[in-house]
Amino acid sequence: MSASVPRDYRRFLARASFIEMSARERARAILDAGSARELLGPFDRLKSPWLPLQDIVAQADDGVVLARGTLDGRPALVAAIEGAFQGGSMGEVSGAKIAAALELALRDCERDRPIWPLLLLETGGVRLQEANLGLAAIADIHAAIIALRAHVPVVGVIAGPVGCFGGMSMAAGLCSRLIVTRQARLGMNGPEVIEQEAGVSELDASDGGLIWSLIGGEQRQAVGLADDLQEDDAAAIAGAVRAAFARGPRRIERSAQVERFTARLAAIQPSAPLDAKLLRSLWNDGATH
Amino acid sequence: MSADESPSQRGRIWFKALTGSDGLRPESPRSVRVADATLGGQQSRFIAVVPDAHNRFPRARRGQVGLDEAWALASQLRRTIAEDQDGARRPIVAIVDVVSQAYGRLEELLGIHLACAAAADAYASARLAGHPVIALLVGKAMSGAFLAHGYQANRILALDSPAVMVHAMGKQAAARVTRRGVAELERLGERIAPMAYDIRSYARLGLLHRLIEGVNADAPGAADLEQVRGELCSAIADARAGTRDLATRLHSPAARALRAASIEVRRRLAEQWDAA
Repeated sequence: MSASVPRDYRRFLARASFIEMSARERARAILDAGSARELLGPFDRLKSPWLPLQDIVAQADDGVVLARGTLDGRPALVAAIEGAFQGGSMGEVSGAKIAAALELALRDCERDRPIWPLLLLETGGVRLQEANLGLAAIADIHAAIIALRAHVPVVGVIAGPVGCFGGMSMAAGLCSRLIVTRQARLGMNGPEVIEQEAGVSELDASDGGLIWSLIGGEQRQAVGLADDLQEDDAAAIAGAVRAAFARGPRRIERSAQVERFTARLAAIQPSAPLDAKLLRSLWNDGATH
Repeated sequence: MSADESPSQRGRIWFKALTGSDGLRPESPRSVRVADATLGGQQSRFIAVVPDAHNRFPRARRGQVGLDEAWALASQLRRTIAEDQDGARRPIVAIVDVVSQAYGRLEELLGIHLACAAAADAYASARLAGHPVIALLVGKAMSGAFLAHGYQANRILALDSPAVMVHAMGKQAAARVTRRGVAELERLGERIAPMAYDIRSYARLGLLHRLIEGVNADAPGAADLEQVRGELCSAIADARAGTRDLATRLHSPAARALRAASIEVRRRLAEQWDAA
């Protein structure tokens, strides 16, 4: 990893780690200084009605921070998931907060009041203690992202340490632009679940090096499954977010590039050995789509 | 799901019964079936994911939504949208019997999250383009597989049968992740509706348009098919008369009872959205 350490150590030491920030700090760090206004904050006490039934302590914001503010003076919405609460999992309330915010952003866009939606994704996916309500909320989130993209780009950031998994990995796939760090992981199925379902010979969930080589941020960016690889630096990520919105809508959204990815997949022989490095050489048709 | 249990054939059975066709398409894998058939006089497009024991991806041989399946769903749906661009939007019926998304190293490396996103995107795009999209749950509707194949529908119908299930994760894996036993998970499901696997508990959440009772789900007869076709037709009519978003999922009396928090979040966020 020595190659990834910035040469300028002073810059390295001066940087503010984004990964170490809470969801609330992240939202404030990205929005224009002083512009953040939190919605449905902890004092609104919208907690999970389901966790206490299972003797799990609920949290007053259910692990999602919503903030309106501006990015370079333009109206913006940030939905930031708190990875430290229940693994950033999507329950009924946390999922509904994100879905409802995106639905209101869509309403504003339809009324010619465009607002830039940003997702700070730090989530294991569905909160299994609320199972089907988390899954339903994620379907609502998908629907809202897809509808919003007709008006504005939807930008996602996966910084780590949790990463982005399950149904929310699909939400990341639906984003117009995706910013990742080397510490990020993006995958449909968490390594532990794959090991449980398919056996340790399929995937050893304890092999961190292997996991990051397959689904880490650097690999995802290299094969065109993420757009922008950034250092763990709040200022750099805030700049990357602004640049992603400034680029405007994608000509064809990544999740609508069916021909491109079908052709890529058709060239893969599942019976032949394939590792992360080989995939980079096969899928090197550029990230400019 | 145990490995020695044979894969469910319900998706294939209902696809064949409703379309009279095997639905094989030269451009798609054998695991994705597509055919047109009439419903109440309207040409309608049916799509199913079925098990293929010879699937080139070993982790997708038991009816899972794998890489090829998800991209084929996206491709077939986008083809349908393009075909109807200048004319009447055909209803699209997703026949859902999907045990899970494919769990595997290769699947992750090759971006199954994007493949499933592409399928969900295509279903939602069809809905937004004015196609009435109906999901008909005849077997399992699990997790990412359901998100990719069915959950973006305007209306969700389900057969009232013990093998029809909706959940976020299979029982064994859910037990491991939540550090509980399978027996404990089942007990919790009896008490806490969103944690249950059975379709009757799911129906209590107010997400279904209709739970279709009294149908032989394993071997549908003529009367069963007539009943299900009738339900599909009324769901299509309801979808055509409604909005193109998923808002109806919040409107049922069941939703108001068990998903009160989902409604409350939306109400209070709308109040706070524009600064005072």
